[in-house]
Amino acid sequence: MYKAKIFVNYKPSVLDPKAQVIQNTLTRLGDDNVSHVLVGKYFELTLTAACQAAAEKQVARICDEMLANVNTETFKFTVEEMAVAE
Amino acid sequence: MKAAVISFPGSNCDDDLVHAIRDVVGECAVKVPATATTLAGFDLVLVPGGFSYGDYLRSGAIAKFAPVMAALKQFAQAGGYVLGICNGFQILTEVGLLPGALQWNTSLQFICEPEPLVVANADTAFSSRYEAGQTITLPIAHGEGNYYADPATLAEIEANHQVVFRYAHNPNGSLNDIAGLTNVAGNVLGMMPHPERAVEQLIFGTDGLGVFESLVEATKEGVYAEN
Repeated sequence: MYKAKIFVNYKPSVLDPKAQVIQNTLTRLGDDNVSHVLVGKYFELTLTAACQAAAEKQVARICDEMLANVNTETFKFTVEEMAVAE
Repeated sequence: MKAAVISFPGSNCDDDLVHAIRDVVGECAVKVPATATTLAGFDLVLVPGGFSYGDYLRSGAIAKFAPVMAALKQFAQAGGYVLGICNGFQILTEVGLLPGALQWNTSLQFICEPEPLVVANADTAFSSRYEAGQTITLPIAHGEGNYYADPATLAEIEANHQVVFRYAHNPNGSLNDIAGLTNVAGNVLGMMPHPERAVEQLIFGTDGLGVFESLVEATKEGVYAEN
């Protein structure tokens, strides 16, 4: 079994109004040393695969086809083999 | 004209579209479930507004994988007319039939109001009943209608005259004031404003009728007869 941890974020070129609102509010509250806010999505997938490389390949495809809109978003992920209880 | 209106779980403008086409324009329109695997025999396929699959993940992201989508892609690639409105526009971008994506409105607010639009291109199957430069008013109702495409794609869209409707007073941050645009071939249109909600004098006037009347005209010519 493998666990994939996936982050999906807007590309830097895409305006993110939610991040903007958070940053503006932080500034208003006195946390004006916060110079950048990034709002994204986090996914965890648990899957079986023949090997690490196969799991990574599959996760990349899932991100590309479904979890991220590649017009506006980028993704990155890690895949780790899970300890299996005997 | 025989129109199919695709109903996804969470669509809520499908009945409005059937009403506009059948009861007001006087043409044939039927609802087709998202589980359908063929769109044979239709002249026009409409992808309605609403919140397909609860807008989970992103607007249109799950609808992209509905069983009917393979038939829709085939229908569009064969030259069939496809019109996506609001959530339908979002779905058509997700599935890659139209370029770009719809982002959150810059105000982060759901906007529901009549919106003046300028007809940017009257030389399409969807807009031939309007005059280029004409201002019409259609209702909008969306939280994610802020059109985005990368600079190269946007330049291509403009060079190909793909923009059909532009906001007169950009309400949501859409690049180049884009409210509706076609694919390169011109047989697929996506638009955020709702023409089907502006077909009767009693509510919002009749500025939306032109979209459907243009399509009646276009399908009459038998440009796309079989699938």
